[in-house]
This record gives sequence, structure tokens and C-alpha cells, in this order.
Amino acid sequence: MLIELKNVTHVYEQQNVMALDNVSLSIDKNEFIGLVGHTGSGKSTLVQLFNGLINPTDGKVFIDGTKINSEKINLKDIRRKIGLVFQYPEHQLFEETVYEDIAFGPKNLDLSKEKTDKRVKEAMELVDLDFEEFHNRSPFNLSGGQQRRVAIAGVLAMGPEVLILDEPSAGLDPKGRERLIELLYYLHQNYNMTIILISHRMEEIARLSNRVIVLDNGKIVMDDHPRKIFSQRQKLQELGLDIPEITLVLNKLKNKGFNVRTDLFKISEAKNEILAELRGKKNVN
Amino acid sequence: MSLIEIKNVNFSYNEMDKLALKNINLNVDRGEFVAVIGANGSGKSTLAKLLNVLLKPDEGEVLVDGLSTSNNENTWDIRQEVGMVFQNPDNQLVASMVEDDVAFGPENLGIPGPEIRKRVDHALELVEMEGYQKHAPHKLSGGQKQRVAIAGVIAMEPISIVLDEPTAMLDPQGREEVMDTILNLNKNKNITVVHITHFMEEIIYADKILVMSQGEIVKRGTPREIFHNLEELEQIDLAVPEVVKLADELRKAGINIPEVLSIDELVNSLC
Repeated sequence: MLIELKNVTHVYEQQNVMALDNVSLSIDKNEFIGLVGHTGSGKSTLVQLFNGLINPTDGKVFIDGTKINSEKINLKDIRRKIGLVFQYPEHQLFEETVYEDIAFGPKNLDLSKEKTDKRVKEAMELVDLDFEEFHNRSPFNLSGGQQRRVAIAGVLAMGPEVLILDEPSAGLDPKGRERLIELLYYLHQNYNMTIILISHRMEEIARLSNRVIVLDNGKIVMDDHPRKIFSQRQKLQELGLDIPEITLVLNKLKNKGFNVRTDLFKISEAKNEILAELRGKKNVN
Repeated sequence: MSLIEIKNVNFSYNEMDKLALKNINLNVDRGEFVAVIGANGSGKSTLAKLLNVLLKPDEGEVLVDGLSTSNNENTWDIRQEVGMVFQNPDNQLVASMVEDDVAFGPENLGIPGPEIRKRVDHALELVEMEGYQKHAPHKLSGGQKQRVAIAGVIAMEPISIVLDEPTAMLDPQGREEVMDTILNLNKNKNITVVHITHFMEEIIYADKILVMSQGEIVKRGTPREIFHNLEELEQIDLAVPEVVKLADELRKAGINIPEVLSIDELVNSLC
């Protein structure tokens, strides 16, 4: 098991808020997890526990079978393995050039100049930033979308096995969002990365993840395949969450007497389902 | 006379830079709901900032209720008429109590105490946050914070509100709350709205949509006119709502449905 939480509770003492309440959870290698829940449900707290940024008030966190919240553990190793892209990561860019910013992590790993160079080039290629064009530019003169990609490249240059992203598409335009979705798909498929994606956009979650975890009030309230999750419209609504637009169309058609599935979320799937129903080719159960 | 008139405006942030806004012409009438869409860096926020004198045009003129933003004497009158709401609610709330936050603007206008009390309570009622007067802003949800920010603008009694991606950082419920609030202010209180967003679902209520690309207004029309040509929209890197795409696919497959913008319209046209 790659990541394992046993009976984890986390309390922010200053605010007297219990952000996580007795959460147990296992995540395997190469899963693509969509983590959803309304603001304040505990998502960001949960992912910060995964790489030791915060310690649980109670319970245990294991990475690759090792308990990470003890003095013997080198958190640097954990953070190399588990890369975390925060919300609005571009606010944390600080170096004078794009190269320096992306190289910051690898340098801290004591990699040689050559290896650092290679890592930076590879990371920039992954996020679709041309090395020659961008490496010497100031990150502060780039567009918001480009800055976001520099920040993500900085995490990728660490060579993480697990990539956690907290609302990575917030504020991006449609094209920027589409590029990001493609990148995550590519990293998952071609680099066998384990990916944990926090997003309020259910279309993104539905397209990418093979497991969806729903948090509410610091507890895991749903944990299943996206089809199973998004076919429970009522329950999601009660939790203050959406279902993908396409799934909502199918739900409403079903309520009006159409014999259609409600666990689909791709346009092409929905089109075929509706066409089949309209043309009466479907067998009535 | 339109409430807001933009005439032949050019703007650049730095003399050496290319133009952030090129030859902008626009009229916004009283009570209109105008949505502005476009890629990151297309000039949407720059346009918004010209409307309440956070920026002034290099060339051309911006008039609000007949007052030119280029004349320094008009600045505060215009800012009172054009309220701004930004993306991040945490950067907009300054006080430790909701009512103090909402009162901040009117207090700066030198309005007497009892009148401020009235305005604050009324504004909170309009955004459905009555009863939260004594709450701490930082303990509210994202949607609630953003509604308090809107109440702060309403308390200034402006003719219009400009919102620059007010829902970008909110969860779906928060987005819905904020959109309901904006629509209510527009339809029932006749407040003119300029709404900048990346969410195509939010612009179907607009009277007029402006599409911006590389500093120019490249397209304008009603939601139906804008979503009429899907290929063209995708060429300028704008996403079409999934439900509009699904309707388009069904139409291509020979199903006879009219142009639709919302989920309910599609469902009704199929039933």
C-alpha cells in the first residue's frame, strides 16, 4: 500500500476546528483519485498529511509501509516521493528566472548540475513550456496560465511518485484547463504516477479519475468508482456537490420517463444513449 | 445616453509593451447584464479596471453616467457608481465583523451613523446574509464571504457592479449562491452588471456577451448568437458548455432540436 491512514484525526487547535475525524484510507500505486467535498470539508488538510506537512492530532500515516510521523523519518525523502501542488501555486514563485525556480527542488536534493539540468528540461517539456524560449525569463512576466505551469514543473522536477494537486485548474481559461487535464492523463498513463486531484469541477473528476473520495465535515462519506458516485445525484446534492452536466441531463430525462442510464458523463456516451432511446431500439426492461 | 460608454480606447501597461486593450468601443445600458469572456490575458480584467478608474485609457474615453474617467475630479463619483468585486474574497474582507466590513465603504463616504446602519442591514438582506452582522468574516464559507463582499459594494448604493471572476475560487454551492445574488440584484434591483467569468454556464443569463481575444472585443451578441457557431468559439480557445455540445451532436445525428443553452432547455426539447 502506497499511502495508508489509520484512524486519523486532525484538530486545528487555534481555531478549535476538527478538520478530520477518524479517517482511515488506503491508496494504491497508480490510482487516479478524485477528491471532492465542499469548502471546509477537510480535503486540503487530508493531502497535507500525506507528505508530512502537518502531523495528525491522533492516528497514524504510513507511506510505503513506514510510519512518517516520527523523529527518525527524513521528511525530505517523503516530500521527494510525494509532490504537492498547492492552490494558486504561482503565488509561490520567487526566483529570478524560470530555470532557477524549477531547479530549486532538484538542487535541494543535492543533484549534480547535469542531472538538475536534465530534470528541468524534462519538466518544462512535460508542461509544454519551450526551454529555449522560457528558461531565462522572469516568472513574474508570464501569463497566469504559464506561471501555473512553471509551478507545476517545479514539483515534477523532483521526480515524485505521487502527485497531489489542490484545485489546479481554478482560474485557468478553458484552453489552459484542457492542457492541464491532458498533462495529468499523460503523467498517469505514461509515468505510472499516482495522482490525487482535488477539484470542484465534476467534469474533470469524471473524465480523469478511477476512484472518487467524497469528504464531508472531516469524514469520508463516499468512496467508489466515479460511475457509482455520480449516479447518486440526490446524495451529492445533499453534500453541496454537483454532478457532471451531462449526467444531470440524463437524470432529468429519466425523471421525465426516458429509459436512459444515469451513470454516464461523456458527451459521446450520452449522445448514443439518448439516440438509442429516441429511436426506440432499446429494450424496455 | 448609455450608463457606460467606452469610445476608441487603447491601453498598455508599459509604453514598450503591446497594447493590452485595442480600439475598444462599448455601450452598457442601465439595467443591462453584460458578460465578458475570453482567454487568460485577453484583456478582460484590464477592461474592468477602466470602468472604476483603477486604470485610465491612454487614448479614447470612458464615460460613466456622462462623467469621463480621465478627469481626476470625477474619480470618486465614478467609484461610488461602479462597485468592484474581485476573485479572492479573502483579499476583500478587512474587518473582524461582517457589519463593519459592509460599513467600510459608506463610512468613507462620510455618511451619518443611522443611515449606515440602515444601508448595512439592507445590503446584507439583499445578499441573503441577514443575521450575520456580528459574525467573523474568516469563519464564513467562500460563497458567504463573496456575498458579504457584494453587500459591501451594495451599501455604497452604486448604479452598477463589475465582478471580475467572483466565482473562480468557490465550490459549486458557493458559485450558485453568488450567481443567484448577482441575478437578483440585476433583475429585481435594476443594478447594471458587468460579469467576467470563465464559466460558460454563468453567461447564459446575460443580455449581452462580449468575447475578448488579445486585447480586442472580437465578438458580441446575445447568448444564443454567441453559441450559434461552436467551431468559431473553439478557435478562439473558448469552451462551449457541455450541454450545448451534446445538443449539437444530437442535431448532427438527425434529431430535430432547437438551439438550447441550458440543461432544462435541452431536456424539455427532447421530451
